[in-house]
Amino acid sequence: MAWTWFHRLGSPPYIYSLAARLTPWFAWPAALLMLAGLIDGLVLSPPDYQQGDGFRMMYVHVPTAYMSIMIYTTMAISAAVGLIWRIKVAHAVAASCAPIGASITLCALVTGSLWGAPMWGTYWEWDPRLTSELILLFLYLGYMGLRSATEDVQRADRISAVLAVVGVVNVPIIHFSVVWWNSLHQAPSLMRLGKPTIAVSMLIPLLLMLLAFTLFFVAVLLVRLRAEILSRERSASWIREVVTP
Amino acid sequence: MKALSDFLDMGGYAGYLWPSYILTFVVVVLNVVWARRLLGRSREEARRRLATRAATEAGAAPTRAGEAT
Repeated sequence: MAWTWFHRLGSPPYIYSLAARLTPWFAWPAALLMLAGLIDGLVLSPPDYQQGDGFRMMYVHVPTAYMSIMIYTTMAISAAVGLIWRIKVAHAVAASCAPIGASITLCALVTGSLWGAPMWGTYWEWDPRLTSELILLFLYLGYMGLRSATEDVQRADRISAVLAVVGVVNVPIIHFSVVWWNSLHQAPSLMRLGKPTIAVSMLIPLLLMLLAFTLFFVAVLLVRLRAEILSRERSASWIREVVTP
Repeated sequence: MKALSDFLDMGGYAGYLWPSYILTFVVVVLNVVWARRLLGRSREEARRRLATRAATEAGAAPTRAGEAT
């Protein structure tokens, strides 16, 4: 009896209507938090003593970089769940993550490059952190390419899931690259053991943006997931109810 | 006016900072637009599929080209 909620999570009609109901609860808070984070980060927080106003790059670079890894992890876990328990909805979640993750990763790379230019004196360096983040982008693109090259959806699910799961090895490499190797990139100041090494006035807008981007990702994922479920459930009769206006 | 131009100048980092914010904004908006468009298309496609099947079941000629009646 206690397992019914778990079984429902594998049921496409249930997930479809749940996703539709939940979307606004993620989308609107995301928009409001992003606005608050922007005002706090760009206007209210004081300039950094070393980087002046340049540190404000942080409020777009850190959330996108963080999300690039979080989205990949979500994708890999869903793909693994889909592979192991043969749950179609899990594969649909993984497939929906990829385009969001790829665009966010590109954003993290470009904002990082634009931050590096004035601070390090270079737009790009084949540095462990930068290189492993670039590999992350290629993993997303490879995953998407593999899916679109495979005609049969179930086959595409299985093949792409293997790539997603194998590629997850890159996630700890990205995270620890700044600790393991000499890197231009700074060490973590938030995701570390002990207290964050960042002033509270700078931390609050950063946390607002991190939360905003997380909610934003969930909202977009839920919309994409509904589209993915609709295109997969070709013959299901419940579809009639949800698509007739 | 001075305050605004100071703000836009971002202590000399304007050339790096604003493109980053604009790009991030564009990526966020595009994600929303693409996802909504994808859902709209999937709904439209599902609706067409159902209509085709209903027509076939009602005894009308199959609509798919090349299919024998």
